[in-house]
Amino acid sequence: MKEKIRIASGQGFWGDLIDAPVDQVTKGDIDYLVMDYLAEVTMSILQKQKHKNPEHGYARDIPELMHRILPVCREKNIKIITNGGGVNPTACANEVLNIARELNIPDIKIAVVLGDDIIDRIDEIVSSGYELNNMETGDSIISVKDELLSANVYFGAFPIVEALEKGADIVITGRTTDTGLTLAPMIYEFGWDKNNYDLMSAGTVAGHILECGGQASGGNLMADWQNVENLAEIGFPIAEAYPNGEVIITKHENTGGKVSFETIAEQLVYEIGDPTEYITPDCVVDFTSIKLEDLGNNRVKVYNVKGKKETEFYKVSISYCDGYKAVGSLTYSWPDTLKKAKAADQILRKRLENLGLQFDEIKTDLVGFNATHENIAKVLEEDCINEITLRIAVRSHDKKAVTRFGQEIAPLILTGPPSVTGFAGGRPKPSRVVAYWPALIPKSVVQPEVKILEWK
Amino acid sequence: MEIKLLDIAHGRSGDKGSAANIGIIAYNDEGYEIIRKYLTPEKVQEHFKGICKGEVERYELPNIRALNFILNDTLGGGGTVSLKFDAQGKTLAAALLRMTLHIDD
Repeated sequence: MKEKIRIASGQGFWGDLIDAPVDQVTKGDIDYLVMDYLAEVTMSILQKQKHKNPEHGYARDIPELMHRILPVCREKNIKIITNGGGVNPTACANEVLNIARELNIPDIKIAVVLGDDIIDRIDEIVSSGYELNNMETGDSIISVKDELLSANVYFGAFPIVEALEKGADIVITGRTTDTGLTLAPMIYEFGWDKNNYDLMSAGTVAGHILECGGQASGGNLMADWQNVENLAEIGFPIAEAYPNGEVIITKHENTGGKVSFETIAEQLVYEIGDPTEYITPDCVVDFTSIKLEDLGNNRVKVYNVKGKKETEFYKVSISYCDGYKAVGSLTYSWPDTLKKAKAADQILRKRLENLGLQFDEIKTDLVGFNATHENIAKVLEEDCINEITLRIAVRSHDKKAVTRFGQEIAPLILTGPPSVTGFAGGRPKPSRVVAYWPALIPKSVVQPEVKILEWK
Repeated sequence: MEIKLLDIAHGRSGDKGSAANIGIIAYNDEGYEIIRKYLTPEKVQEHFKGICKGEVERYELPNIRALNFILNDTLGGGGTVSLKFDAQGKTLAAALLRMTLHIDD
């Protein structure tokens, strides 16, 4: 057994710094590169892409990235784990195999984790008596059945552990929890017992810290942000894990950003609910047990993590189309900035009303005045406001109403208040509103499947 | 005595469906005692009046000197449904740090 392993975060979301995973494999020593590509909205986009082309439906950044990192990963024996397979992990893996062959690394072993995508099984599942009711509203899935865009079960670490046990160099999954990507190599390397919930929790907490990339190593930091050095060359976080469950969060030397008590504490509280019940498919973690010790030199020890047995359910993330929306904006300058922005808003709303258009919601924000903090914002004197960007957003189940709204923005320039600019890029077009349907499903209903792909 | 929350704490916020979560972390133990005592869910509910349309829940994490607040029904539907400029509640921690606490001398 190794005495420690180093697991590096390469992406916090799809669209994150393209060079971050390259830096992680080249700027120092690591054993695993883990990359989270999936947000809830991503699944619906990928499903749409797969619908258009059966070979798509995964994070399209992966092939180019693999071109850049496979040789060095082979040389340094770094394994790669990612959920960027989206709704088509097999197509993604085949593309990576092609690249490996081009790079003259033909003996690479890629594992895919399948079984999370249940979009084509909804009828069967519901008719078997699993209603997939909305966790928040209690409504039956039948009410949105015709509008479904994607449906994926969140798997945990164990399908990835199975893949590693089968000798995979690269593991490509669909909807795996972000935390499972990091926990899996610890279970595999240290032979952790799945019933040791404290160890499962320790790896899960490390995963929570790594899952947002640079947000744990100095990015988006409120504590003394101005003294974070060299964010331009930020080093993404690395979890140095030990067999007893202790983890040291750090980053490569000679990179920017920082790892401190504050950077880790801010990430620990990010998007959590009841801290005593952080639920994953692998365990239920008590975040109030976590101890942090800032060791200095960009090293923070995370230890004493406690947890309990996992639940009987998987979470299912289902997305469906819930109408259309569009956003338009115009910028008004001094003088009478606020008055002009408000007048333009009123004129537009009156025109929409006269047209008899039906909207579920019309939302006006005054960017530069109070769009982020709304009524908590400090009120500026009219004469001190240099400019305001009027941002108006609408949502409707009537696509034509949303289209027409988009046609009513530019005319305000010549038929509304003066000193206005900032209309570029053409008329705002309707885009689909993707809504989420969180549900639970008993673990017995869905089986993860691990397949090894290699050139024969 | 008045204390600006911004002077004794930092934090991070994000979305959980239509609810927002705001984690507030004190810079030291003394600061944690102050936020634990004075930064009540009622005070946070009042601060976000008109923005948070549901209930405010508060959880304590004394191990990292933090409080976690859940602001239910705050993000106008959440995800891509929300028309809000800050649909994911990323700036709400800063909005909470605008608060001034009135503490016993």
